[in-house]
This record gives sequence, C-alpha cells and structure tokens, in this order.
Amino acid sequence: MSTIIEIQGVSKSYGGVVANEDISLTVEKGGITGLIGPNGSGKTTLFNSVVGYHPIDAGSIKFEDEEISTFPVQKIARRGLLRTFQQTRIYGAMNGVENMLISLPHRKMKFLDAFNRNSESDYEKADRLLEFVGLYEKRFLRAGSLSFGQQKLLEFAMALMNEPAALLLDEPTAGINPTLINGLIDRLIRANQEFGITLFIIEHNMRVIMNMADKIYCLSHGQMLAQGAPDDIQNDPRVIDAYLGAH
Amino acid sequence: MKKNTVIFYGLILAFIIVAPFIFPDFRTQLAALWLMIIVAMTWDMTGGQMGYNSLGNIVFYGTGMYVAAVVTIALAYDVGAYTNAFGGGVYKFTDQQYFLGMLLGILGAGVFCSIIAVVIGFVTFGLRGPYFAIGTLGVAIAAGELVSNWEWVGGGQGIALPVYPGDLDTGKVLFYFLFAVTGVVLFIFLKWLYSTRFGAAINAIRDDEEKAEAMGIHTLRYKLTTWAMSAFFVGVVGGISAFQLIHFEPLETAYQTINLGIFMVVCVLLGGKGTLWGPIIGAILFHVFKEVTWNYFLGWQWVALGALIVVTVVYFQDGVMGYLAHRKPEWFGVRLDDKKAEVSQ
Amino acid sequence: MDQILINLSLLAEFPIVNLKIILDGVMIGALFALAAYGLALVWGVMNVKNLAQGDFVIAGGYVAWWMTQQGMPPLLGVPVAFIVLWGLGWVIYKTVISRVIERDLFTSLLATFGLAIMMAQLLNLMFGSDTQSVALGYKTLYFFDGLIDVPVAKLIGVLMAATLAIGVILFMKSSRMGQAIRATAQDARAARVLGIDTEKVYAFTFSLNAAICGAAGAIIVMVWIIQPFYGITHSVRAFVIVTAAGLGNLPGVIAAGLGIGALEQYGAHIFGIGYQQAIAVLLLISVLLYRLIQQRRLRQSLQ
Repeated sequence: MSTIIEIQGVSKSYGGVVANEDISLTVEKGGITGLIGPNGSGKTTLFNSVVGYHPIDAGSIKFEDEEISTFPVQKIARRGLLRTFQQTRIYGAMNGVENMLISLPHRKMKFLDAFNRNSESDYEKADRLLEFVGLYEKRFLRAGSLSFGQQKLLEFAMALMNEPAALLLDEPTAGINPTLINGLIDRLIRANQEFGITLFIIEHNMRVIMNMADKIYCLSHGQMLAQGAPDDIQNDPRVIDAYLGAH
Repeated sequence: MKKNTVIFYGLILAFIIVAPFIFPDFRTQLAALWLMIIVAMTWDMTGGQMGYNSLGNIVFYGTGMYVAAVVTIALAYDVGAYTNAFGGGVYKFTDQQYFLGMLLGILGAGVFCSIIAVVIGFVTFGLRGPYFAIGTLGVAIAAGELVSNWEWVGGGQGIALPVYPGDLDTGKVLFYFLFAVTGVVLFIFLKWLYSTRFGAAINAIRDDEEKAEAMGIHTLRYKLTTWAMSAFFVGVVGGISAFQLIHFEPLETAYQTINLGIFMVVCVLLGGKGTLWGPIIGAILFHVFKEVTWNYFLGWQWVALGALIVVTVVYFQDGVMGYLAHRKPEWFGVRLDDKKAEVSQ
Repeated sequence: MDQILINLSLLAEFPIVNLKIILDGVMIGALFALAAYGLALVWGVMNVKNLAQGDFVIAGGYVAWWMTQQGMPPLLGVPVAFIVLWGLGWVIYKTVISRVIERDLFTSLLATFGLAIMMAQLLNLMFGSDTQSVALGYKTLYFFDGLIDVPVAKLIGVLMAATLAIGVILFMKSSRMGQAIRATAQDARAARVLGIDTEKVYAFTFSLNAAICGAAGAIIVMVWIIQPFYGITHSVRAFVIVTAAGLGNLPGVIAAGLGIGALEQYGAHIFGIGYQQAIAVLLLISVLLYRLIQQRRLRQSLQ
C-alpha cells in the first residue's frame, strides 16, 4: 500500500500551550488508520492542522505527495481530503436530500455544470447513500429536527456523497446510541472496502477502533506515545498508563 | 407547469403590459416601482440567498448611470469637452445616435458593473458578516466621493444626457417597458437560477460557509459570480435611469447611498429575505407606503423613513414571506413529520 | 494631478509643515480615539456594531453649540452633552438596541444605520444644514516664526479628551459596574449565572458610549466644525480605528486614533479638502485589506 497522508514533524502551539509537538505519522491508502489518546492530547488539533483550519508552527503535511500545510480549507477539500466535525455540521434548514445534493463533489464539476439541475442519477445516489446510513425514511425531514446521532449519520452520508479520496472522522461514535454503534462500525468498514475511501479516525471508544483499524497511533500530551497494530497498542503499557494514569 | 400557475403568471404578465395604458398618469410612478422591485431582487441574490448583506450595491447603480451616459456621449462627442460646456454648449444628438447610445450604454453599463463587482468582490468577499456590510458601504461612499471629484465626468455637478427625441408620453411608455422587461427577465432568470445546483450552492454558503468550504465548494467563485450577475442587472437599471432622469449628479442621484442604497435592503426585509417573491412584495409595499405618505410628512419624510427602517428591522425582520413560512410551513414544502414524507414522491 | 505634486513637494521643501500637520492630526485624532473607544466598548460587551456612533458625536456637538447660542459658557457644553447623550443613549437602548441584541449581527448593524439616518435628518431639521463651530476666543500660540500655530482652544480640547479617557478607564478598572461590564464582555452567560444583571450592564454600557461620544462631539465643535451629515464619516473613522487596533486593546485604539487623525490631515493636505470623506473611507478599506491579509496568513477569514 502507498502512503496517502504523510505528516512529518508537525508542531502546533496556542500561546504557550503546546498542542502538538513533533508529530510524524503516515496514513496508508485504502486502509483505516486510528488516532487515539486521552482528552486534551492534541488529536483534534492535529486534524485541524491537516485540513487547514490553522497554520502549523513547524513540519510538513503531504497529501498524495503534495505539500498542503499552507493551503486554505477549500483547496484541501478540493484535493479530495474531507473531514467531519466532532460537533456535527449539517444544513439544519434543508432536508436530508437537499443536504446530500449540496454535497455532490463540486471539485469534479466544471463551472457550467453548476447551472444544471441535479440529474436523476444524483437523486438516486443521494437516496442510495441515505439508505446506506439508515436515514431513507427521514430523508424529507428538516435536517435540524433530526437527533444528534442521526445528524451525525447524515454528515457521514454527505461525506460519502462527496466521493473523497480520504476521510477524516472526528469521533464518529460519540453521542450515538450504543445499540447503533455496531451498525456504524459495519458501515465505516463497508465505506472503506466498497467505496475505497481511506479512513483516518479519531475515536475514544477502544472497542470500536480496535475492531476497525489496521494501524493505530496514540497521542499523549501532544506527543506521539505509541504506534502499531491494534493488538500491540492494546497491550502497550504506556498506552494503558496514559488512559488510566492520566487524571 | 400546472394550469393554475399558467393562469397566474398570464394574468400578471397581462397586467404588466396594460398597466401603463390604464394608468397613464402613473407611468413614471410605475417605472419607479419597477426600479425598486429590480434592485430589491438583485439585493436578495447576495443578501437573502447567499447571506452576504451588502450595504453598497448602490455602487453598481451609480456606475451604471455613468457608464451609460459616457458611452452615449462618447459615441458622438468628446466627453471632457461635453461635460465642460455643461449648460452652455450646443450638443445635438441625432435619433440614431440617441438610440444606439441607449442600447450600447445600457448593455455596457451592465457588463461594466459585472466586471467591477468581480474586482471589488475579490477583496470584499474575504470579509464576513458585518465586516462585509461595512466594507461595501465604504466602497459605495468612496465611489460617490471620487466620482464627484472627477471633472471629466462633470464632477459634483453631474452629467446631462440628451432628452428623449420623441414626444413625452411615448418616452414615458418606453422607459416603463425598459424597466418592465428587465424586471421580467430578471424574475425568470432568478426562478431558473435558484432551481439549479448554483442556487443550492449559494444557499449552502449562506447557511454554513465553513461547512461549504470543507465540502470543497468553490465558495469564492460562486460568490463572485452571484455578485456579478446581481451587478449586471443593477447596472442595466442604472443605465435606464440615466436616460429617464436626463440629468443626474453623483451624490444625490447616482451614488445615493442612504436613499435607494438602503431602500433595497428595507424592501427585501419587508417582503422576506431569501425568497423569490419576498423582494417583489416588499418593494411594492415599501413603494406604496413611501408614495402615499410622502406628502403628509411635511419635511419629516427622511426621519420617517429612518424610523421605518428601524421598525422593520426590529419588529418585522422576517418580512411577509417569513411570517407566512412561520404560520404555514407546508406552503413552502417544509415537512415536519414522517407521514407526509411518505405520502409525497 | 499637478496640484497634488505641488503639495507633495511643499512637504519635502518645508519639513516643518509636516510637524504642523502631525500636530493638527494628533489633536483631532485624540477625539476620534474617544468615539472609537466607545464603539469598541459596545462592540466588545454586547456585540453590537453601532453605525450611529458618529451621529452621537454630532448630536453632542449640537448640544454644546446650542448652549453657547443661549449665552452659556462653551466649556460647560462638555459635561452637559455628556449627560444629555447619556439620556438619549439610554432611550435608544431601551427602544431599539435591547430588541436586536440577541439577533444576528446584520440586524443590529442595519437598525443602527436606520438610527443614524434618523438622527442626521432630525439634526438637519432642528439646526439646519450649515456647518457650525464655537469660537472659544483664546489666543493662539506660535512657534518657528509663525509656521506652527497651536490654538489654546485645541490644547484645552485635547486635555479634556485625556481627562475624560482617564476617568472612563479608572471607572472601568475600579468600580463595581466597571467590573461587571468587563465580566459581561468576557462571557455574558457566565456573568448572568454569577448574578450580574446583564440587561442593566448593557443599558449602562450603551448609555456610557453615547455619553462619551457626546462629550467628544462637544469638544469637536470647539476645535473643528460640525454639520448634521458629518456623522457617517465619524462612524467610519471609529470603525477604522477599532478594526485597526482590535477589540479590548486600549493603547492600540489611542495609537490608531492619533494615527488616523494624522493620516487624514496629510490626505487633506495632499489631495485637497474635498476628499476628506473619501480619505476616511479609503483608510477603512485599506485597514480591512490589511487585516484580511493578516487573517489569510492564519488560514482564517475576517469575521
């Protein structure tokens, strides 16, 4: 497998607080990579650095061998690197289908394509993906009236609609009803295998991430603590310390 | 289209065509109403549909006026000499020069304003929210000040165009229909535009621009295009106004920041932002209110207008359409429970 | 164009003229800074961008002018304008601002723009559209063989502005109300939870802002001129200063105020007095541009 995201020696601090210090990691194309760590260990900061929400202090971030660490958000998104938000962001005033149609991959469109109406196949694709995440029955409801978990699923479906090359998911299972988590894991794996989307996931739920990821990185206090296959991470005493020992 | 819709639009169109003949005394008034409707609809393109509240769209109106005037004059004479001889010189225009100037001037005004919008937009669309409003207001004020100091186009005295060569009444009908055709074209254009992906994309920018960026939508491109299209129509009606008013000066007529510049915003708010009909309803309400009450205020008109703005903004911000959407959501295709969702489609 | 070049060469030829321009600019800039401080206060505490700021200044000026017309001493106009505008600010807060404070920012911006139009037109109806000023009748000091003239009236004006500023700063630092205002600015919800009556704080802040502007206006009428429709230019200046300095940056506001004053004087000298409003607005646009580029570098937009 080849590398799709390559992070090299990235540091980021806010004022005096060091959020990321000399982080290096790689995400393999077509795989599922996990990023774990206790609260405040700098996971979301790292995500934000990758997708362009703030400048980084040092280091390099490459996406498909292109340096993206100085690009603004839209430009990175148009390369096919997408993220979902920890606090979901959907268009609350629009219904589910409209939310899906707005997420069509604009980067693959020519400018004049914008002046067409959505085609029959666009609607079909929206319906198919809504069914895939289990929101088909609710597709005409105002998205803002959906529950938090459903909004999260909608956001995931919107990301799939966009046909990204790689998708960064910030805590996909947080706030989701535990009985639905198994279904979500299944869908994430299917998205990875059937649609060929590389996943890079921040996750707190150990069971979830251990079941999915091929490789896991663990951050602690802004530094890379451990990396390896799920089994190695699970048994790594430093990781256990970081989770149990940290107050 | 459904039969009712056809009848509805047919009736409106018929009224538009016969209106200047059944109300011959109100031709200028009706033209002014069209102007209000058009600028309100164009303001809503950015303000209502895209969420970028400009206070400076008047810059396109003023620029449109000047472009139309300069093009018409330049076709026949030297502009500097013409404006220099303001009031004194004898400059005659043949019918051919007049109408050719009108055609090229009005279209040129639209095209030029589109270009201006793209150029200004590169800067102002980096600004969000209130900064955008203040920035565009600044652009409008600056444009007026600069033009009023620019002697080549007549400076603070303004510029005068030739009078319509035919008789006065035909002229009034002509100007009415110039505005009316522009308005109808704009309405059809917007109805189509808002039904395309483009419409959805600018709505997405309004609702959550950061999310739209994160989904890879070319936000700047959409914003510039929308503003350029909006500016085209404002420039065109500016050009028509220039011919209709014959003489205009920069600060009070062309770049009238606190008159038309703010009226268009009030119209849209009165009628309801982000809807196709809202600006039209708002413009009619506002125009009627303004014309009916104007004479009773005895010099207090402008105070009353300021008060109207405050009252509209404070108490009636969602406008007529917003009120209806709140009371009758089903009219607007909003579905609130699962059952209805199953019935349709 | 030729005139501009002549004006420029004049500056190079007589460096002392620069000093005069800067002095003039700094003295008037001190008053701009006062109005801008009020704007920053309201902006920071209640997130309302007040476009009627300049009209408060002009209204204060007319209060002082009207008093001298009635034969009262001009300096008395400053405290009276402070009090009158306080009342006006309170009324405006209760009738308009308190109803738009929770809405989106464009609402408050537009509401205050409507207020600005109303106030300008009312002042026009009451006092006419002529420019007005109040002559204090103090003598003028001359330096450098008369090349530099400093009217004592302007010095008094600057002194009063400084006194007012220091008074307000001390009040904000040490009084209970000042603390409550600062707490509300940081987090209105937390302030409410802790028992601060934010409604009262808002009303107080807005009234205080109007009063500061009024006092500034009363000083401006003594050292410069006022006219009913000059308000918008003062508002634009206040926005330039606050945008350049950032919120909650008092030294920045003062520095930017003095700088804007000097830049405007330079602009008026080089391009002619007819461009005064255009210069204020172009300064606004350049400050916005500068901040925009700054934010770009942080991969952010200006909002």
